[in-house]
Amino acid sequence: MTAALAEQGTRPAPAATPPPAARGRRRRGLDQGVPRWQIYLPLCLYLLFTLVPFYWMLLFALRPAGSTALVPWPVTGEHFQKVWNERSFGVFFQNSMIVGVASLVMTTAVALAGGYALARFDFPVKKGFMLALLASQFIPGALMLVPLFEIFKNLQMINSLGSVVIAETVFQLPLSIILISGFIKNVPVSLEEQAWVDGCGRFRAFCAVVLPLLRPGLIAVGSFAFVHSWNHFLFALMFLSSQDKQTIPVGLNTLIGADSVDLGALAAGGVIAAVPVVIVFAFIQKWLITGFSAGAVKG
Amino acid sequence: MADAVAKPPRVTRRRTGGPARRLPYLLIAPAGLLMLGFIAYPMLSVLYYSLRNYNVTKPWRNGYAGFGNFTRILTDDPQFWDTLVFSGKWVVTEVLLQLLLGLVLALLVHQTFLGRGLARALVFSPWAVSGVLTTTIWMLLYNPSTGISRYLADAGIGTYGTSVLSDTGTVFWAAVVAELWRGVPFFAILILADLQSIPRDLYEAASVDGAGRARRFLHITLPHLKDAIILSTLLRGVWEFNNVDLLYTLTGGGPAGQTTTLPLYVANTGINGHDFGYASALTTVAFVILLFCSILYLRLSKFGGDAK
Repeated sequence: MTAALAEQGTRPAPAATPPPAARGRRRRGLDQGVPRWQIYLPLCLYLLFTLVPFYWMLLFALRPAGSTALVPWPVTGEHFQKVWNERSFGVFFQNSMIVGVASLVMTTAVALAGGYALARFDFPVKKGFMLALLASQFIPGALMLVPLFEIFKNLQMINSLGSVVIAETVFQLPLSIILISGFIKNVPVSLEEQAWVDGCGRFRAFCAVVLPLLRPGLIAVGSFAFVHSWNHFLFALMFLSSQDKQTIPVGLNTLIGADSVDLGALAAGGVIAAVPVVIVFAFIQKWLITGFSAGAVKG
Repeated sequence: MADAVAKPPRVTRRRTGGPARRLPYLLIAPAGLLMLGFIAYPMLSVLYYSLRNYNVTKPWRNGYAGFGNFTRILTDDPQFWDTLVFSGKWVVTEVLLQLLLGLVLALLVHQTFLGRGLARALVFSPWAVSGVLTTTIWMLLYNPSTGISRYLADAGIGTYGTSVLSDTGTVFWAAVVAELWRGVPFFAILILADLQSIPRDLYEAASVDGAGRARRFLHITLPHLKDAIILSTLLRGVWEFNNVDLLYTLTGGGPAGQTTTLPLYVANTGINGHDFGYASALTTVAFVILLFCSILYLRLSKFGGDAK
């Protein structure tokens, strides 16, 4: 209806069309006629705010100790060598990878099953389950450290990476399930029905029809899981006691907490911590926004 | 949404009989069991501990305490009220500034311009960085002898040797800025996602009718974004309240307890102070406050009240 209105408005009444000057500035953006400088100036200011901190970290990681130059030249690898070998960031990196990938796999698999149930079935406890998912968003993981610690102690999982994987998975599940069920709702049921008619079982129909369409959503959810457990440090700090089991954020925290902070080592450790998440981010960036509009905001 | 829920079950029931009735339960079982074991059960233990004296270092005093912990919180713990006030100040400042900057940022990168893809990737990138890594980066920037302030002082702005993190006057804003740095992108992504669902026709019709940019924003964009804004501010508020990563590592709650939020106080009481009973009671109070504020917020903002 609005389209028809617009059509009517432009054609028979030329007086209503914008003056030539405004028309010249018209672009294909959503809100037309925004002068370019009003986009570029604030954007550049914000980019400065975003990028200077990253640059600062790279600067400290790459320039020799004691240098105060604002350009990291000559570039040195001494800080990286130091944190990787002496500060055992190599071991931390490996542990973080294990935790990240395992949480990714567990979160995605469990949330996929749960999300499918919520999207495609109506069953008595569904409402209660949804409510539990939402309510769990209000329960802070940090406040549950004590009972969680006791549970893992009883399960004899203290100082095993498994405890961190479970804790990370559990706290990411609610949002992941809500997101995935949103994605599945967007896939028409009729597509699945068609496959059933063709003789597929529910599972095969799901794998053949729904799963390929879910790929962007699953990548988004899996990446959230990976990035979140890669960055999060409280569970690792509390449940892992020996140094050979620690993860990168805990390693960074020990560098921060040291009496005399070795800034070069800290920065190099930061760069090592940032590299995998930046790669993941670059990979999912284009799905990020569509992922959110399909899943979270629309519910 | 209503028909999305209503349609599938009809299909299911027609197609299959007994086993299919069990299928949804099998599907939610893994998630349900994990959440029962590692969210519900710990939550109940928190409630149980909150009624007890439970201190690892003073085992002789352990036992049932009734509401002793709670009366102590409400009547005999000035630090609780201090941390509550700071939590409120922290959450409100962060959420308001993140909303404002996030909205502006989303509107900016929603426009079509040369280099938009790259600009989006760059301004959203701190989203991927979080917690301790944010702290690492801002520690380097705030460092008094080698950080930004030194170079500013070289250029004649400010003084040498000032650490914004150890000065009670600046530490709050220093932490706010660091948190904004990683928080704004997330907000912007959520708002941008919703911006993209506004039909373009609406804007065209409005400009044809002579509505200027400000009026189009006020009468089309904002009303459309209302629910997304309410939901994202609520989620961010809860998150900013609960999250302790940044403050724990950046300021440690200091100087002089100036940046201790309630969850940070709980963590200090329970984990460093070993007073699990009291920490559990604090947790319970924090949870109740959070739930109360959230419900109040949803009521006051009339979430989903009027149709778009």
